Amino acid sequence: MLSALLLQSGYNATLVAIGAALLGFAAGMVGTFVNLRRRALVSDAMAHATLPGIGLGFLAMVALGGEGRFLPGLLAGAALTAALGLWAVQALTRTRLAEDAAIGAVLSTFYGAGIVILTVIQTLGAGKPAGLETVLLGSTAGMLEVDAITLAMGGALVLAVLAVLRRALVMTAFDPGHAAMMGVRTRAMDAALMLLTLTVVLLGLRVVGLILVVALLVIPAAAARLWSDRAGVVAVIAGIIGAVAGHVGAALSATVPDLPTGPVIVMLCFAAFALSLILSPKRGLLRRFAHAG
Amino acid sequence: MVDPIPLTTEPALAIRDLRVSYGANPVLDGVTASLARGAMTAIIGPNGAGKSTLLKAALGLIPATGGTALAFGKPVVQALPRIAYVPQRAAVDWDFPARALDVVLMGMYRRTGLLGRIGKAETAAAMDCLSRLGMADFATRQIGALSGGQQQRVFLARALAQGAEVYLLDEPFAGVDAATEAAIVTLLKSLRDEGRSIIAVHHDLSTVSAYFDRVLLLNRRTIAEGPVASTFRQEAVARTYGNQIATAIPA
Amino acid sequence: MLADFWGAEFVPLTLPPLVIATLAALTCALPGNFLILRRQAMLGDAMSHVVLPGIVAAYLLTGSAATPVMLASAMAAAALSALMIEGIRRLAGTDAGVAMGITFTTLFAAGVLLLEQSGASSVHLDVEHALYGNLEGLIWFDATGWASLLDPIALTGLPPEVAGLALVLSIVAGAMWLVWRPLVIATFDEGFARTAGIPVTLLSAGLVAVTALAAVAAFSAVGSILTIAMLICPPATARLMTDSLPAQVRLSLVFAAASAILGTLIAGYLPPLIGLPGTVSASGMIAVVSGGFLALAAVLGPHRRPRSA
Repeated sequence: MLSALLLQSGYNATLVAIGAALLGFAAGMVGTFVNLRRRALVSDAMAHATLPGIGLGFLAMVALGGEGRFLPGLLAGAALTAALGLWAVQALTRTRLAEDAAIGAVLSTFYGAGIVILTVIQTLGAGKPAGLETVLLGSTAGMLEVDAITLAMGGALVLAVLAVLRRALVMTAFDPGHAAMMGVRTRAMDAALMLLTLTVVLLGLRVVGLILVVALLVIPAAAARLWSDRAGVVAVIAGIIGAVAGHVGAALSATVPDLPTGPVIVMLCFAAFALSLILSPKRGLLRRFAHAG
Repeated sequence: MVDPIPLTTEPALAIRDLRVSYGANPVLDGVTASLARGAMTAIIGPNGAGKSTLLKAALGLIPATGGTALAFGKPVVQALPRIAYVPQRAAVDWDFPARALDVVLMGMYRRTGLLGRIGKAETAAAMDCLSRLGMADFATRQIGALSGGQQQRVFLARALAQGAEVYLLDEPFAGVDAATEAAIVTLLKSLRDEGRSIIAVHHDLSTVSAYFDRVLLLNRRTIAEGPVASTFRQEAVARTYGNQIATAIPA
Repeated sequence: MLADFWGAEFVPLTLPPLVIATLAALTCALPGNFLILRRQAMLGDAMSHVVLPGIVAAYLLTGSAATPVMLASAMAAAALSALMIEGIRRLAGTDAGVAMGITFTTLFAAGVLLLEQSGASSVHLDVEHALYGNLEGLIWFDATGWASLLDPIALTGLPPEVAGLALVLSIVAGAMWLVWRPLVIATFDEGFARTAGIPVTLLSAGLVAVTALAAVAAFSAVGSILTIAMLICPPATARLMTDSLPAQVRLSLVFAAASAILGTLIAGYLPPLIGLPGTVSASGMIAVVSGGFLALAAVLGPHRRPRSA
């Protein structure tokens, strides 16, 4: 187990652990902006809305005579229905429904559609359906070099875009009215944030799974907020927490049997959050007790 | 009283026949006004007269159903870099990870731009804006940890950092402490003395004469506009406020 | 295939899932109406995620998978999650969305880990059932046809979920009926309700408890997706159709039942009709149908537009 953490347990496991760390870093950084813009639950709906797309992508590829589990094809389908889900949330909030109802409705409907499509695939016995369920809770088992490279490149792309847009994103989240008057295109910034989130969700499908990927966005960012009052610093701390959780989680899951990757990473994120809640210099429980006592 | 400042070439804000309605109710019923450059103008009127709406509609923050608003002779959208707006109370998440200094730095976005780095010069300029409002000692406080008056001063410092030529303020003195009110008045007067234009929604009739040069009396439409000495009169104010006559006002 | 519709296969194989899905849908839709008005829709989402760890923990502690044990433990998990959400909000100062996101992902992850590590997954529970539900598995072995509905011996062989959900539905409906007036007032204007002497906090806690009860009961029969869908979609649809709260509640029950019935029938009978072997997930299809109703209402509903200020 220690050897896995120290990157000494074989080429593939090492690659996977590095890939998960990069994913965690990107997710923590993006999650900071997601939390500040109050889009945590929207990103959850988006993650659940990838499921029908994954199924449809699989069916489409089988229909075209392919193997069905070709990852770019699955991701393309996932991106498509996730975007559709996001659009549906926005369309529903233009009615009198509040955003939370729109999110819940889209999440459950799209997820239900995904389950229906998965059962269609099962009954067809087409392609190799086994393993498609790993997108629900994530699994690094059987991940290849190319998967790790995809994670690394995707994560790097996300970080590059964030580096450029960070100030405009912070201003949009803090005071959209003022940001618009200062020449920030706030709608474009919101769209960019959703695209970044979607990228993290797609990258995270394989590792954390669509049910729990929102945790990798939200929890490190919430933990990091307890350590600093500066948005930039919060984002970096969130990235580090996400990276450590991703790395350690993937390594543990690779060495200990019956330890699904996604849930392990989520528990590690929560451990970081709980520690932050106790130790944080401003809001920490320790400090509060010290003051009370 | 300060002498009325003569109108220069273009008014700071020229509003023509501006109309806004919420549903079927007109809030602004064809407001026309020309607000002078280099002056401090108070917009006064009773509750529901459309004072805040006038500022927001002129800035394009809420849709107008008719009319135009020009700043320095250009449509407001094109003149936005020369305008700073301070809402009555910023509707922000007070728990946001931003310190007073960070908020003021947001006022410099036009100068620093997308990729621009915030260097020593920008930080020094932002600190200067905070000092002008007596807030230098609070620069590293998280924005939510400040009192209401202090927060208002930080948002004014952010407007100051914009280096605008016209400042639109929505009730800058509402709910602030006396120290804040004094700091804000001093700042606004010094901005005016630098040749900038101040337009503020104001509700305290007793301080109009002390603070402002010009006044716009508004009740869904323009009742009167002009120098305080000649315009802020009992008769006009009574017309603005219906029949509630303010005895503090010269006849 | 259609010939079977009224024949001997319908009653043992299709009728029980149909009835169970309908009962679960009605049970969830009732409190869902208030969750939506109070902007607490995601509470339903959170509840249905945390049922899993509750059930797993109880199974590991007691070794029993009896319904009352499951219900009690899931209720305890729901209570724990409500406390966690509130605690995180207060202590960490996050907004409600983040607090819920943290709570339900963490508890769900804990449930999955417990399940996988304990080996309980191979015995009685598995993650897939938690997510998909197992409506199709709820069949009535003793039934031979419609006549069995009048046969007291055959009736004892009904899946226990039928009686369980019927009981929970009557409890939920009774509770809502009892506190209807104060609940409506507290939902509309909490401040006024407080001054009028209505125990607002108690009512809120009660609503959470009723939601949890509905979610728990529905979860074990139909899985978590359908639970979320039924808590939110039918009341949301009804909200776009009427301005009157009593009418909204009644309509939500109609949409809930219609989604359950149509969804079950489509899942069971449509795939063979279009030449697919076997059937598709009934829970998933019910969620899709309820979402379809909502989409229609969002486009056509007479009260779909927000009131302008």
